[in-house]
Amino acid sequence: MMFRTLLIGATLALSPLAALAAGGEGGHIHNVRFSFDGPFGTYDQNQLQRGLQIYTEVCAGCHGLKFVPLRTLSDEGGPGIPEDQVRAYASELAVLDEGANMHLYDAAEGELRALTPNDNFPANDSLGAPDLSLMAKARAGFHGPYGLGINQFLKGIGGPEYIVGILTGYTGEEKVEAGVTLYENTAFPGGWIGMAAPLYGEDVEFADGHSNELHHEAEDVAAFLMWAAEPKLAARKQAGLTGVVFLAILSVLLYLTNKRLWAPVKGKEVL
Amino acid sequence: MSHADDHEGSRRDFLYYTTAGAGAVVAGAAVWPLVNQMNPSADVQALSSILVDVSGVEPGTQITVKWLGKPVFIRRRTQEEIDAARDTPLADLPDPDARNANLSTGAEATDINRALPQPGDENAEQWLVMMGVCTHLGCVPLGDGAGDFGGWFCPCHGSHYDTAGRIRKGPAPENLPVPVAAFQDESTIKLG
Amino acid sequence: MSGIPHDHYEPKTKGEKWVESRLPIIGLIYDTLMIPTPKNLNWWWIWGIVLAFCLVLQIATGIVLVMHYTPHVDLAFASVEHIMRDVNGGFMLRYLHANGASLFFVAVYIHIFRGLFYGSYKAPREITWIVGMLIYLCMMGTAFMGYVLPWGQMSFWGATVITGLFGAIPFIGEPIQTWLLGGPAVDNATLNRFFSLHYLLPFVIAGLVIVHIWAFHSTGNNNPTGVDVRKGSKAEAEKDTLPFWPYFVIKDLVGLSIVLVIFWAIVGFMPNYLGHPDNYIEANPLATPAHIVPEWYFLPFYAILRAFTADVWVVQIASFVTGGIVDAKFFGVLAMFGAIAVMALVPWLDTSSVRSGRYRPMFKWWFYLLVIDFFVLMWCGAMPAEPPYSGISLLGATYWFAYFLVILPLLGVLEKPDAMPATIEDDFNAHYPKAAGSDGSAAEATPAE
Repeated sequence: MMFRTLLIGATLALSPLAALAAGGEGGHIHNVRFSFDGPFGTYDQNQLQRGLQIYTEVCAGCHGLKFVPLRTLSDEGGPGIPEDQVRAYASELAVLDEGANMHLYDAAEGELRALTPNDNFPANDSLGAPDLSLMAKARAGFHGPYGLGINQFLKGIGGPEYIVGILTGYTGEEKVEAGVTLYENTAFPGGWIGMAAPLYGEDVEFADGHSNELHHEAEDVAAFLMWAAEPKLAARKQAGLTGVVFLAILSVLLYLTNKRLWAPVKGKEVL
Repeated sequence: MSHADDHEGSRRDFLYYTTAGAGAVVAGAAVWPLVNQMNPSADVQALSSILVDVSGVEPGTQITVKWLGKPVFIRRRTQEEIDAARDTPLADLPDPDARNANLSTGAEATDINRALPQPGDENAEQWLVMMGVCTHLGCVPLGDGAGDFGGWFCPCHGSHYDTAGRIRKGPAPENLPVPVAAFQDESTIKLG
Repeated sequence: MSGIPHDHYEPKTKGEKWVESRLPIIGLIYDTLMIPTPKNLNWWWIWGIVLAFCLVLQIATGIVLVMHYTPHVDLAFASVEHIMRDVNGGFMLRYLHANGASLFFVAVYIHIFRGLFYGSYKAPREITWIVGMLIYLCMMGTAFMGYVLPWGQMSFWGATVITGLFGAIPFIGEPIQTWLLGGPAVDNATLNRFFSLHYLLPFVIAGLVIVHIWAFHSTGNNNPTGVDVRKGSKAEAEKDTLPFWPYFVIKDLVGLSIVLVIFWAIVGFMPNYLGHPDNYIEANPLATPAHIVPEWYFLPFYAILRAFTADVWVVQIASFVTGGIVDAKFFGVLAMFGAIAVMALVPWLDTSSVRSGRYRPMFKWWFYLLVIDFFVLMWCGAMPAEPPYSGISLLGATYWFAYFLVILPLLGVLEKPDAMPATIEDDFNAHYPKAAGSDGSAAEATPAE
């Protein structure tokens, strides 16, 4: 705390210098009010299920999710999908990149076996697209002010916001550079991204009739990827809260004990 | 010592005891995660229950699956095997207990108490599911009609099991244990 | 053991005598716990306990994390994810361990700057100081190697860059680098040896901590006045001191507990705040992240490393004088290690006869500037190596060396110290006027300060 306070102090002292240096770092990321923001925020189960649907129908074509066990789709605090549905979902999940999933190879059958809830989502390196398991923690949307990241206190580190920013940041411009098509994206550092716009709005139909406008879809899939990256978020915040309360009580008791212990030495009235 | 001092003292002690107690609670709570992390993790726990597809198992054949790190025998018995097991008097059995985790302890080792009930026909007695671990010293018995009683035979020390997996001869003390199992649907057995 | 006269342990029962004549361990524990401690210690003195706690926390969480971690380039990253997702409470254990390193360094920097301000390094405590610096070096090594273990992008490239420092040493640099890595580049051999050493070094630190405590228990603690405890008689010493237990144990625990509230809030609510997002991408030897930044606690020294580029005249002179042996790269490495070395040598660089900065009117301001300098360097270290940050880094690095090599030696000669209290008791009583002339019972009512 003291360190942070001093850091803030140092920043204020240096702000004119830093203002000179500001600018040019990637695109601009807008804050999104997710249900899991803040010390008490938790995942919205319906949103995670919609996000899973978008991932399955759109993203999974190119991106893997290889660190996420399928069984965790049933976890409380996660998408909360019943076990039999997860089993059905797993068995129907297509493995598009055989080479990256050779642990599923069944020598007797000479092919990859069907997935079970005890397997992870398949990896997918077929097009060189990055795995999305930890994407929401592997990108920081917010760095400021002056590179100190202090705004993360309020907004969070900004990974899901970055994903929303990318998915909604396409301008429609494209260019070809060294034989590779690049697409202009306002959120991507450098402004040109190798991924074509994956979502346009109305890409999926939700069973619950939820809006499938582009920004809704983007937020839903970003929330799902945040869950994929940090499935224990609710348990962590619970542990955090319990610990803070207990330690605060202990601090007060120790403070009073200390005060009473020292009172005779300091010639003060014993409380 | 005056009354006031006495009161003073007990109040001070109360604060000290409360602080020590709170400190002990916090320290205890800190130790628990260090202990609990050695319990089976979620991926291991998830494997405590598995589904086995038995649609391809014909009468008179068996499959062996690995469950909880040990072999499980799943045999679809022929009518002759069932009859042989049914006709064995209980008095001939060294271990009269069914050793079936799906039944209460002390159930008799009759054939129906050993077999896995099948959906639609509770009395079929066709399916026999049991741990493939000899109750003597833990070897894996040979199957497919091995041994003097047409069931299983443990090559390590010569224990003979009959067609219901019951110990009949040799050093093994107990029948092969039947694990918690049930038909999930017509062709799927859930272990655990 | 201590130079301060005090009561020693006397075995009373038969059982105690039996043990004490064979292994005087009860006496050792008693003397350690009951050590006379200057009663005017302020809240800057709690960080030693926080550091001891950090060492225990890191060893405890570290040992259990090892039960689930796999030190192999193909499996390390996945095994960390296994800890985060499947192991019971694994996410808390890992976040505690990762953030525990940060708490460790927050505490050690406050502890070091406290020592620098109150002159805790001065005679007769030079060995305490040097051992402390060794602990700090071991901490840096442990933290660096620990950061490599998750095998993320920052792990890999951080390891590549930092081991590259050794490659800058003239003539023998490259063989040394290859020896450190166990190959031409960071790979499985590197990961395995770093894992081994990351497990070993904390126990070396624990040993050094015992020596550190032994050393300052022999000389007695420094205190905010820098005035020595009177050692003429036990009665005299008792006017300046109180036993460590219970007075300072409870006081330190108050501080530790409050620090832990904040620590726990960070672990619970923003555990990745001090980490780097790139380390959630599995290591890829074929693609460097856009921006390689060490953990925050290395940033000041990283800034010094990068400050000395080939266009700085000191570097050019060094290069010219040594016939090109000391190039900019090697100079940067020397400067970085030199920045720590000057800190270790401070007992002999500070010429003042006064210990505590409290009574040094000029020193104070130079010291505060050093603290600010430290934070400015930290910030520059996180920024790209380009103007204006490179210029600020150079300025900051220059002040760092000037403070230790020029300002401290000169101040001792130029500065006229303020009046100091004659004894620790006087200082204490000045703070607590009611304590004066009393032995604990309420004294004459004197107006509060």
